Amino acid sequence: MIKKEEMLIKSVKSIALDTIEMVLNNRYISRAAVPGQFLHVDIQGHTLRRPISIADVDKSEETVTILFKIMGSGTKHLSAYQTGMTFSVLGPSGNGFNIDNREAKSVLLIGGGIGVPPLYYLGKRLAEEGREIISVLGFQSAESVFYEQKFQELGESFIVTNDGSYGDKGFVTNVLGKVKDFDCYYSCGPSPMLKAITERLEHKHGYISLEERMGCGVGACFACVIPTDTSGGYKKICKDGPVFSSREVTL
Amino acid sequence: MTNLAVDLPGLKLKNPIMPASGCFGFGREYSEFYDLSKLGAVIMKAATGSERFGNNTPRVAETASGMLNAIGLQNPGVEKIIETEVPYLANYDIPIIANVAGSTIEEYELVAKTFNQTDQVHALELNISCPNVKEGGIQFGTDPDMAANVTKKVKKVSDLPIYVKLSPNVSDIVAMAKAVEAAGADGLTMINTLSGMQIHLPNKHPLLANKTGGLSGPAIKPVAIRMIYEVKQHVSIPVIGMGGISNAEDVLEFLLAGASAVAVGTANFQNPFICPEIIEELPAVLKKYGFNSVQDAIGKGIVV
Ligand SMILES: Cc1cc2nc3c(=O)[nH]c(=O)nc-3n(C[C@H](O)[C@H](O)[C@H](O)COP(=O)(O)OP(=O)(O)OC[C@H]3O[C@@H](n4cnc5c(N)ncnc54)[C@H](O)[C@@H]3O)c2cc1C
Ligand SMILES: Cc1cc2nc3c(=O)[nH]c(=O)nc-3n(C[C@H](O)[C@H](O)[C@H](O)COP(=O)(O)O)c2cc1C
Repeated sequence: MIKKEEMLIKSVKSIALDTIEMVLNNRYISRAAVPGQFLHVDIQGHTLRRPISIADVDKSEETVTILFKIMGSGTKHLSAYQTGMTFSVLGPSGNGFNIDNREAKSVLLIGGGIGVPPLYYLGKRLAEEGREIISVLGFQSAESVFYEQKFQELGESFIVTNDGSYGDKGFVTNVLGKVKDFDCYYSCGPSPMLKAITERLEHKHGYISLEERMGCGVGACFACVIPTDTSGGYKKICKDGPVFSSREVTL
Repeated sequence: MTNLAVDLPGLKLKNPIMPASGCFGFGREYSEFYDLSKLGAVIMKAATGSERFGNNTPRVAETASGMLNAIGLQNPGVEKIIETEVPYLANYDIPIIANVAGSTIEEYELVAKTFNQTDQVHALELNISCPNVKEGGIQFGTDPDMAANVTKKVKKVSDLPIYVKLSPNVSDIVAMAKAVEAAGADGLTMINTLSGMQIHLPNKHPLLANKTGGLSGPAIKPVAIRMIYEVKQHVSIPVIGMGGISNAEDVLEFLLAGASAVAVGTANFQNPFICPEIIEELPAVLKKYGFNSVQDAIGKGIVV
């Protein structure tokens, strides 16, 4: 259930170019959150909350970690918040990744840029259950790469940069040929990337996490809808998503 | 004890606070945060004759002290709303106001007539002011004769009290208010959003897929106050005020300008508890400024 909660900042760290990692203390959110869910973050001086994915959870420490990239005034303002400060969130929001698919013994995680964060907590949970994890992570360039080591601890990982300054050059789809067979994929990143992946992996079972500008973040305002077919069917990204089965929505 | 109750045509309000149309869906999501029976009333999201998908995304953009939206009246259609949404809201001890939208007079009549068949709806809000769909009623909302005509027609097919929702996108708001009052409107709700646009620098094009959108939030409050203040000097039907309300002081400002009750829209997005919090704070704010009841404060700001 979504609640309005206060998050206490335990640490703030820059982990890559314009990319911030924040560890936040809150008992309810740390207990309730599942991989793929997000926090709708209230940032001072801003009319609308900002959706940010839950990147990791430590239930014993009662913390959740968020990773965000400074894109505009909201994330810039948030990046200046310091340890000891609190801010309000609505969360945990949305429907997360389906991790109950027992058939999926090996899974492929495909992340693009700031779509990488939710895949980390997902991969960690799946690894704990004994699934084999393979990761393909795409970034703009060497200085924007983050969490490479952490994903490697979960399993084989491939890094791709658009400019080739680190790992393979190009897009995540360029290395999919190198990846050995898997049962199920999970992906989060920019829409063009998700579109390319769902087409390329059409025959595979997969889940994708979508982004859209949101209003209320709880399903009431109809700002972030996505068509499910051509006859007017739709889903709300904030409430029915942000995770969907790859065949459920029309990208 | 400060008396918060207000009696309006068709609406016995235990307090003057209600969520604004389109900012609260049909109540379900917010009922997970608090008991909706705390509210003075609820205004449902717009209903059209049949199901509408609405505009493409992006549908919202943030602005200085506000936001733009171009949802495009997405809704499941009046029949479905009566079947699945109204009965849900009827579980709560609050008057239900249905927001009626359309692109032709016939569609307004159809929607109003259909709501009239249920006894769970207490009043209609005639949305002649949605700026976000080409045929979304805005032409009715900017021409006094057309506004009067649609009001008259809807009045004929429905026994429910009718509150006409005025658009601020006009040069003479008083003329609009007088025209719909003469046509039989039981009340006014004002204001709807102001038409606006934002250009997205990275791609140099309008950010909203619909290009234009409706501006709401604190940025539009002074416009709403001014328009209510002017209108109340020329009409005697009650006004439900809205536009940028985010605390109990704002509510008092609307009451002083002449509103008898208020609706809260955009502020629900930042704080889902905003309506019950305002209801709780209102008695102290009224008292601080020397009022014993909501009724006492209505129109007291008007200097003649
Ligand atoms: C479900 C979900 C999870 C997300 N998780 C993360 C994450 O873990 N880390 C991260 O860095 N980013 C994430 N994003 C993207 C993040 O929400 C935006 O980058 C952020 O809102 C930008 O705000 P801003 O004020 O800095 O930018 P501005 O461009 O100034 O924002 C203006 C408005 O547009 C909205 N907006 C702008 N870009 C986006 C976008 N890509 N998606 C949704 N709304 C946007 C903002 O929320 C705000 O309302 C996520 C988005 C969604 C929908
Ligand atoms: C996302 C959104 C959707 C809206 N949808 C409707 C609608 O369906 N019908 C309507 O009459 N007004 C609609 N409005 C206008 C509001 O009801 C209200 O008149 C306006 O937003 C001003 O109040 P506020 O500043 O408190 O939001 C909508 C506003 C927003 C922000």
